[in-house]
Amino acid sequence: MEFYQQVLQYLVTGVTLGSIYAIIALGFITIYNVTGIVNFAQGEFVMLGALIAISLYKNQVPIVVAFVGSVMVTTLIGAALQRIAIRPAKGASTLTLIIITIGASITIRGLGLITWGPDPYSLPAFSGDQPIAFGGAAIIPQSFWVFGATIVVLGGLYAFFEWTLLGKAVRACAINVSAARLMGISPSSMALFSFALSAGLGAIGGVVMAPMTLATYDMGSMLALKGFVAAIVGGFTSTPGAVVGGFLIGILESMGAGLISSGYKDAIAFVVLFLVLFLKPNGLFGGRDTGRGGL
Amino acid sequence: MERNGIGKYENYITLGALIVVMGSLPLLLSNSYHLSIMAFIGINTMLAVGLCLLMGYAGQVSLGHAAFYGIGAYTSGILTTTFKMNPWLAIGVAAVFTGVVAYVIGVPMFRLKGNNLAMGTLGFGIIVYIIFVEMRDWTGGPSGLTGIPSLSIFGFTFDNDLKYYYLIWAIALLFLVLSLNIVNSRVGRALRSIHGSEIAAETLGVNTNKYKIQILVVAAMYASVAGSLYAHYLTFINPQPFSFKLSIEIVVMVVIGGLSSVWGALLGAATTTVLSEVLRGVIPQFLKGATGEYEIVVFGIILMVVMIFLPEGLFSGSVRIVKSWRREKESKQRTVDETAIVEPSSVVAEGHLAVEDK
Amino acid sequence: MLDDSTSAVMTNGSLLDARNLRKSFGGVVAVDGFSFTVKRGQIVAIIGPNGAGKTTAFNLVTGVHPLTSGEIHFCGQRIDGLKPYEIAERGISRTFQNLQIFGNMTVAENVMVGRHPRSKAGILSAALSLPNARAEEKRIFEVAMQNLKVVGLAHRAMDAASSLPFGSQRLLEIARALAVEPKVLLLDEPAAGLAGQETKDLAQLIYRIRDSGTSILLVEHDMELVMGVADWVFVLDYGKLIAAGTPSQIQSDKKVIAAYLGEEMD
Repeated sequence: MEFYQQVLQYLVTGVTLGSIYAIIALGFITIYNVTGIVNFAQGEFVMLGALIAISLYKNQVPIVVAFVGSVMVTTLIGAALQRIAIRPAKGASTLTLIIITIGASITIRGLGLITWGPDPYSLPAFSGDQPIAFGGAAIIPQSFWVFGATIVVLGGLYAFFEWTLLGKAVRACAINVSAARLMGISPSSMALFSFALSAGLGAIGGVVMAPMTLATYDMGSMLALKGFVAAIVGGFTSTPGAVVGGFLIGILESMGAGLISSGYKDAIAFVVLFLVLFLKPNGLFGGRDTGRGGL
Repeated sequence: MERNGIGKYENYITLGALIVVMGSLPLLLSNSYHLSIMAFIGINTMLAVGLCLLMGYAGQVSLGHAAFYGIGAYTSGILTTTFKMNPWLAIGVAAVFTGVVAYVIGVPMFRLKGNNLAMGTLGFGIIVYIIFVEMRDWTGGPSGLTGIPSLSIFGFTFDNDLKYYYLIWAIALLFLVLSLNIVNSRVGRALRSIHGSEIAAETLGVNTNKYKIQILVVAAMYASVAGSLYAHYLTFINPQPFSFKLSIEIVVMVVIGGLSSVWGALLGAATTTVLSEVLRGVIPQFLKGATGEYEIVVFGIILMVVMIFLPEGLFSGSVRIVKSWRREKESKQRTVDETAIVEPSSVVAEGHLAVEDK
Repeated sequence: MLDDSTSAVMTNGSLLDARNLRKSFGGVVAVDGFSFTVKRGQIVAIIGPNGAGKTTAFNLVTGVHPLTSGEIHFCGQRIDGLKPYEIAERGISRTFQNLQIFGNMTVAENVMVGRHPRSKAGILSAALSLPNARAEEKRIFEVAMQNLKVVGLAHRAMDAASSLPFGSQRLLEIARALAVEPKVLLLDEPAAGLAGQETKDLAQLIYRIRDSGTSILLVEHDMELVMGVADWVFVLDYGKLIAAGTPSQIQSDKKVIAAYLGEEMD
């Protein structure tokens, strides 16, 4: 019974973590599908989302406004990143783009350090800290905000890509750039849009997770890596795949940390990464090869 | 070689000049702080030259190079403290062990390309770092290993910065020479052909996978020796210097130096090491109470700016621009007979939006 | 009928013998049961409308793509399933329709890469610059220069490969492939993007290569060139062989004309 409760608790934690990873993974694939770029600065959007929201909240801004404001600011930063660093490198090789986005990542991280310093910050939970009992496990209310955010993001993305003209334009770009261009869609605008959207997604993840963890300027890198693993597990182009991948990583990590060793918690995602890359390089759900480097 | 712009002949001159400069530099630098920075430039040169071969020549990104450096340092540290092994022998054992690790990692890793390879190597670096922290019984955990013996040979002990300076630079220059020889050989061409077009290289009989693994092993062994020297020089190690941050700094060194220039790697190592020291001194003056790694902002901006404007690296890129500018001046005197020059790269200049590159 | 000719060719010193090649990408069949042979000293062409599977056939022969089914024999040995570099070592080399020049090297170095399977210095002897490696390096350079002379690019040997005009880059790819000393040379649309005189020179070059003992397999859209140089022509349409014969037989083949007319109407 005790063990069962423990496992259930880890499962709950894992699904919460996994929701965050899923949102980050969605950010990765949004940019990748449109531009073919893996944005190594994806985690920095999460950091910005969390820390900007915290700063706003500290300045007496109501939490809802702080949430929306933070997501909007981060979205603009994402757009700016595309215009400043990605667009000028048009036609660059994969290697070059990897280095550029890594440069962007550590620049933003460093600017975060300058702005917020090395200390951790926290945000109060959106609806209290009173845990809710669930079959022997306790769920903190913030977890529901995280689940909710994931569902809203997923639903929003679905509606956007299926029902709006802009969403269809983005999809057209993802399928065939030249054909999209012939139809009067500007791939450059779509690339810009994908970065903005992806930054916004990252920020949403950052804000909803901020109350559960301490936010620091360097929180992004590890989150990005796990989001990337989630995306890889899901095949890197598939939205549902990314979500399932996120849950899988979250649960494995939480179980591993609880049942094996918390010190190796961060290594678990990479073990999964290697297993997937070597055994099923197109992810558990098929999809295209993301390795555009060589051939 | 003699066919190329920068001929082997020039390499010898550069090397000779470098030996003279590095040999006499300590006469000007009596300050042990300056000497230790120079020694670190030498260590970083070993790291950068290795990554330059792997990333610049063979075009295979590695974001976990600090791991090999750390494996070298810890293997040396553990063998000489826990097992009381002779330090020189330990350096050799560490290099072979690191080479084996690189081989075992390389075989599956190079089935990956591009972005996946980048993430894979990054993950490898992080796992190794976690192992340094977590395997307390062996590595001493976060507080690290102390009491690593200094190097000594035939009663001559390397017990000050000056002696280590010479030792480190002798080895760094040796690695430079070995690397130059590799680059200007059949193997070097094979590596560059992988970078140029992997598919063409394969169809011309280059076993691309074999060479990627070989050069990874070489780069890892360079890094291992650098790590061993670091351990014996400082006589204590902890996980901190072998983190992701150093892996990125090594990438910065290579990017500054010029992705495919062995000499550039040395230049990049020097620039990055000095810049890092200077920034650590300067930034706190501007930002009150600044602690932490502010210098990463500068490195990040360098990475972006260089890659956007001079993707072949700062050093090589500048050399190329100067050369082509000079050539342009020459060719203006001749009449241009080929009017329709179609740059082959313009075919793929569709840009980063190309969803499917064939 | 095709099978008969195949077996006839086999006893007739066929170098390259591809049987029932089939390749599908996902659900799309790019090459569908294509058989062809190249005999010693022959110039063989594969033609067909765009998307007929010609380049895919090249990728199958050179091991760039694995076969879905079928067999490829070369000099009496099976080569399907081998890695591209192993196939190159056995004596098949190629050029690319979308040029794959090593832009990070000089013209001479590009060709020197082609000597790779015919030389052997390893990383250790290279790093230590051992005498045998140095001697070999010199020979590699000499042979590369000879290959450059064959295509008429010797005077640009020291220039950056990326500085060559388009037509010369095509020739450089041929020189590079020749450096492998292939028994069969695969040329993928060598005339694409060439001007009139350049195409005529190319025809002469193809003859010279053939006369020096290398058989040639050619994919080409320029019908004048194909009909001029080829001894035998295979016609592909939608991945299937629709005709095979001498150039004059092909020119009067109704199916071939229909396939090409179909393309022009697009």
